[in-house]
Amino acid sequence: MSESPLLEMTGINKSFGPVHVLHDVDFSVHPGEVTALVGDNGAGKTTLVKCVVGIYPIDSGEIRFDGKPVTVHRPRDAAALGIEVVYQDLALCDNLDIVQNMFLGRELQQRGGLLDESEMERRARSTLASLSVRTVKSVRQVVSSLSGGQRQTVAIAKSVLWNSKVVLLDEPTAALGVAQTEQVLALVRRLADAGLGVVLISHNMNDVLKVSDRIATLYLGRLAAEVMAKDVTQAQVVELITSGRSGDIGLKPAEAAATTI
Amino acid sequence: MTTDQNSDPGASATAGLPTSSSVTGEPDLAEADFARDTGATSLGDYVRDWWARVRGGEVGALPAILGLAVLGLIFSFASDRFLSVNNLANLVQQAGITVFIAMGLVFVLLLGEIDLSAGTASGVCAAVMGLTLVNNGDLEKALGRPTFIVVLLFLAAAAVAAGFSRLWYAVGIIVIGGVMMAFKIGTTNQIVAIFLAVACGVAIGSVTGFLVARIGIPSFVVTLALFLGWQGVLLQFIGNGAAIPTSQFNIINAISNGNVPPLWGWVLYIVFVGGYIAFTVTRTLRRQAQRLSAEPLTLVLVRGAVLAVVGAIAVALLNQNRSPNPNFPIEGMPYVLPLMIALMVFWTFVLSRVRFGRYVYAVGGNAEATRRAGVDLSRIRLACFAICSCMAAVGGIAQASRLGSIPSDAGGGNTLLYAVAAAVIGGTSLFGGRGHARDAVIGGFVIAMIPNGLGLLPSLPASANFIITALVLLLAASVDALSRRRAAAAGR
Repeated sequence: MSESPLLEMTGINKSFGPVHVLHDVDFSVHPGEVTALVGDNGAGKTTLVKCVVGIYPIDSGEIRFDGKPVTVHRPRDAAALGIEVVYQDLALCDNLDIVQNMFLGRELQQRGGLLDESEMERRARSTLASLSVRTVKSVRQVVSSLSGGQRQTVAIAKSVLWNSKVVLLDEPTAALGVAQTEQVLALVRRLADAGLGVVLISHNMNDVLKVSDRIATLYLGRLAAEVMAKDVTQAQVVELITSGRSGDIGLKPAEAAATTI
Repeated sequence: MTTDQNSDPGASATAGLPTSSSVTGEPDLAEADFARDTGATSLGDYVRDWWARVRGGEVGALPAILGLAVLGLIFSFASDRFLSVNNLANLVQQAGITVFIAMGLVFVLLLGEIDLSAGTASGVCAAVMGLTLVNNGDLEKALGRPTFIVVLLFLAAAAVAAGFSRLWYAVGIIVIGGVMMAFKIGTTNQIVAIFLAVACGVAIGSVTGFLVARIGIPSFVVTLALFLGWQGVLLQFIGNGAAIPTSQFNIINAISNGNVPPLWGWVLYIVFVGGYIAFTVTRTLRRQAQRLSAEPLTLVLVRGAVLAVVGAIAVALLNQNRSPNPNFPIEGMPYVLPLMIALMVFWTFVLSRVRFGRYVYAVGGNAEATRRAGVDLSRIRLACFAICSCMAAVGGIAQASRLGSIPSDAGGGNTLLYAVAAAVIGGTSLFGGRGHARDAVIGGFVIAMIPNGLGLLPSLPASANFIITALVLLLAASVDALSRRRAAAAGR
C-alpha cells in the first residue's frame, strides 16, 4: 500500500485569533484506503476538514493534490478537484426525492434549460448500483420516507456521483442503529475498494478499527500519530486520543510513527 | 480484520465488486434492484406505493379534489340552482381573484415564508392601471408630480434590488414598465396599462423580497408592515371613499365579464385537455421504454379520461345560453377560466421543469442544504416574492374587472386571507417545501364555492358563511399538520 497519497497536507497551521487550533499538522489520504481521523472533542478534526475544503483559509502549510500544490479558497474549488464532504447533518432536502437530492445544485439540463430528468435518474441509479446499494426500492422515493441508514447512503452516493477522488465523511454512523451502521460501514469500505481516498471522522473505535486502513490521531491540534490500523489495538488508539501518546508511538517520538508508513 | 467487510445486509449474493469510480456504464446485475423503477409498474403496485406515500405525509391533491366534489354534491342537493348554468359561470368569476393571488402565494409558501401584503398590493397595482387609463395614459396628472416621482423612484429602487440578485427578467419588466410610465409611451392602451400593473407587482415583490432575503427581516413582519403601507398608498392614490371606474374599458371589463365564444371554448378544451393527455401519455410511454420510473399507463389514461369528461361537461354547460333575455344571449366560458388554466400550466412548468423551480422546493425543504449545494438563496427568495406580487397584480386586475371599478379599499379585508386559505386547502403546506400551482385553483374553487352555495340557501344566516369557511380551512390545515407528523415519524 505504498501508493503516493492523493491528498497530502504538510505543516498545516491554523489559528483563530489567539487560539492556535492546528500545529504543524501533516495529514495524507491515500487512494484505495480508509483513513480514520480520530481525536477528542476540540482536537481539531473539524477544523482540519474545513481547511481541506476551503471553508477556513490555512495560515501556513502546503496542500498537495495528486502531487501538485493546490490552493482551495471555497468549497467549490475543492469539489472541482474531486474532494467531497458528507457532513454529519447530511444536507438532504426531505421533500425532494433521491435523484433530486443527488443532483441538487448541479442539475443536468437539456438544451433550452429544461431539466434532463431521464439522464439524472439513470445516473443516480447506476451510481447507487455501482455502490451495491440494494435497499432502495425506487430512486424516485422522497427522502423523508427513507431510514437513517438509507439517508446516509444517499448522502454518500451524492458525494461520489461526480467522479470524486477523496470523500470526507463526518461521523457517518453517529445516529444509526446496529444494522444500519453495518450497512454504512460496508459502503465506506466499498468506496475505498473502488479506488477512492476515504477519510472517516468518528468517535466510535469499533467502527474505526473495523473499516480503516490507517488511523490519524489528533491531540490538542497536533498530529499525535498516523498508524496502520492493523498495527494497533483499541486501547492504544484510545490512549493516543486521550493523552497523545501510547508507549513508543505518539507525540514525543513522532518521527518513529512517521517511518512506519 | 479490517478489510473483510462484505456483510452488507441488503446485498444479494451476486453483488460483485463495484465498478470503479466511473459510474457512466450501465450496470446489468443491479437492474433488478430498483424494481419499482424499471419496467412497467402495475396499478396495484402503484396504489400500494401511493398509500405508502400518503402514510409518509405526501397526500397530494386528492383530499382537496374530494373536498371540492363533496361540497359540490352537498350544495347541488341542497339547492337546485347550484348546478344551474348561470351559477357555474358565477362561481368561475368569483374564484378567479382568489385563484390568481393564491397561485403567487404558493411560491412564497413553498419557501416557508408568508406574504400578507399580497391583497393590498393587488389593489395598488390595479389602481395604477385604472388611474393611468382614466387619465388618458397620464399617471402624473392623476397622482400629482411629487407622488408620481416617488412612484418612479420606487420602481428604480425595485429594479436595483432585483438587479442586485441578478434577476434580469424582473429588472427588464420593471424598467420597461417604469420607462413607459415616465414617458407615457402607449399608456392609453389597455394592454399597456395591464402590463404597468404587472410591472408594479414585480417591483413591489422585488422590494419585499429584498427586505426579507437581503436585510433578513422575517417575512411576516415585512409583509405585515407592507399590508398596512399599501393600504395607505392606495388611499393616497384614489382618495378616501372614491373609486376608479373601469367598466368602460372593454378589454379589462372582458377579463371577468366577457365570455369565450362557444366554438373557441371547444378549441381551448381540445388544446388544454388534449395537450395534457398527449403529454402525460407520451411521457409515460417514453419513460417506460427507457426503463425509468413511470406511472402505470392505466392510471394515466384514467386520469386523462376523467379530466376529459369533467372538462367536456363544464365546457358544454358554460356554452349554454344563460341570459334571461333571448335577444341578448350570454354564453361561453368566462375569460378568467382559460387565463387561470394557462397560468397554472405555466407556473407548473416553472416549478417542475427548470432549475429555479427545483431550488424553490429545495429551499423550503432544507435551506442550509440548498445553500451548501451552491444555490444563491436570496435570489430564489426574491424571485418568489416577485412572482407572488406579480400574480397579486393579476388578481387585482381580475377584481377590478369583476367589480367594474377599483374602490379605495381594493384588495383589503379578507382578500389575502382567502387566498392563503385557498392555497392551504389545495394542499400547499404552510411549513414550506410542499405545494403546486394547481393547489391554488382547487383551493380557490373551494373557497368560492362556500359563499356561492350558501348564498343559494336563504334559510341559512350570513354568519354560516364565515364559520363553514373556517371549518374547511381548519380541516385542510390539520390534514397538512397530521401528514407532516406522519412524515416525521416515518422518516426515522
